[in-house]
Amino acid sequence: MDPVVEVTDLVVDRGRRRVLHGISCTVGSGSVTGLLGPSGSGKSTLMRAVVGVQTVRSGQVRVFGQPAGAPQLRRTVGYLTQAPSVYADLTVRENARYFAALYGLPAADADRAVADVGLADAAGQLVADLSGGQRSRASLACALVGRPELVVLDEPTVGQDPVLRAELWARFHALAAAGTTLLVSSHVMDEAGRCDRLLLIRDGRLVADDTPAAVRAAAGTDDLDEAFLRLIRDRQPTEPSRGADR
Amino acid sequence: MNPRILAATVGRVLRQLRHDRRTVALLVVVPALLLTLLYYMYGDQPATGGQPALFDRVALVMLGVFPFVIMFLVTSIAMLRERTSGTLERLLTTPLGRLDLLFGYGIAFGLAAAVQATVASAVAYWLFDLSTAGSPALVIAIAVLDALLGVALGLLCSAFARTEFQAVQFMPVVVIPQLLLCGLFVARDEMAGWLEAVSNVLPLSYAVSALTEVGAYPEPTTTLWRDLTVVAGAVVAALVLAAATLRRRSG
Repeated sequence: MDPVVEVTDLVVDRGRRRVLHGISCTVGSGSVTGLLGPSGSGKSTLMRAVVGVQTVRSGQVRVFGQPAGAPQLRRTVGYLTQAPSVYADLTVRENARYFAALYGLPAADADRAVADVGLADAAGQLVADLSGGQRSRASLACALVGRPELVVLDEPTVGQDPVLRAELWARFHALAAAGTTLLVSSHVMDEAGRCDRLLLIRDGRLVADDTPAAVRAAAGTDDLDEAFLRLIRDRQPTEPSRGADR
Repeated sequence: MNPRILAATVGRVLRQLRHDRRTVALLVVVPALLLTLLYYMYGDQPATGGQPALFDRVALVMLGVFPFVIMFLVTSIAMLRERTSGTLERLLTTPLGRLDLLFGYGIAFGLAAAVQATVASAVAYWLFDLSTAGSPALVIAIAVLDALLGVALGLLCSAFARTEFQAVQFMPVVVIPQLLLCGLFVARDEMAGWLEAVSNVLPLSYAVSALTEVGAYPEPTTTLWRDLTVVAGAVVAALVLAAATLRRRSG
């Protein structure tokens, strides 16, 4: 089966700094792919390139066979930015209904999306009055409301308590089981184990692209945190440049 | 443009406004209060030799200037928020088109301006006995067009501001020169030649000229239609330029 996302030799500069140094990777259909790496490693930049809002220096990103950001993709790709991007001066429900309307979907779909992220009780509250974790779930509801075939989520579980995090991950897997493709970034390694496939990124370079089990095996440890450290250490002598910031 | 998305965007902007009651109150009340100020400043200066009374002249112009200034400020901040909050980036990954967003703001704030202009005109005509040869409805329509000019320029200028501090600084840059040269303080044909030339390319000059025409003649004049065409053209040009500054991709 063709991959949903196909990144080839992607180079991105932000300002004068090179943020991605020729990344190539794919994201398979109906799976949860984790994009992991330390803060500032280039995760958000790669995700922005996949949804087509990032200016790229060279290389290409194709999504469902189209260039990233193509007009036909705007109905099929859902995007959650890292900082919650919802209207603080609207209620949760009003936000979700607006984004639903952009996809031509009725209010009932919006209300369901709000309930799905556990915000049914807070639906009538202004986003400005919510806690940080609730705010990012409101933002998540708006990313999922259009029932996209590819969902790109930049750190969706930051600031959520463990129970909610488990619920959100269960929801991601349910979506994948129904055929949705998910690309989810995180800098928390214990979330890596929940992914079908991992892309480990550091300083704008891909360190590993494999299943969690294979990453563990390659590093010779069961602990993904430790595995990531070992993979980085192994590469260190051949990768002297550490300039990249994002 | 997609009518459904446009309508949803208009509704969204109006809903945001509705949650901000203080802004709504300011929008409606401030022009009326400023007119009160003008009334007591100029109220006892009578009409002289064919010229309308000073209050009539100044208040009429201000009925167009207030919505222009206020909507410029409100829109440039609203659009800047859209950029800095990340909602713009997200919107650009959805089926929403750039013109859906810009015209959505234009229509929503245009509706707000219609309410504002109606209240301000009602106060001017009923409370302060403003008299114009032409119809008050035409004055309100011109005021709304002036508000749309403010909205369009605000949308455009917000592209050049990275922070709200910078955005408000565009007011003295974009609004005040237009106000100084619009013919209110010095008649445009009495200005130094180069100032008149500058004044001739500033859209507010035509907005003010249109209001003056309504003040002087009972029926719409050719000059009035020319003025309105120029202002409407400036609105469309600013919106198209603003659309060009809305890049889907950024660094």
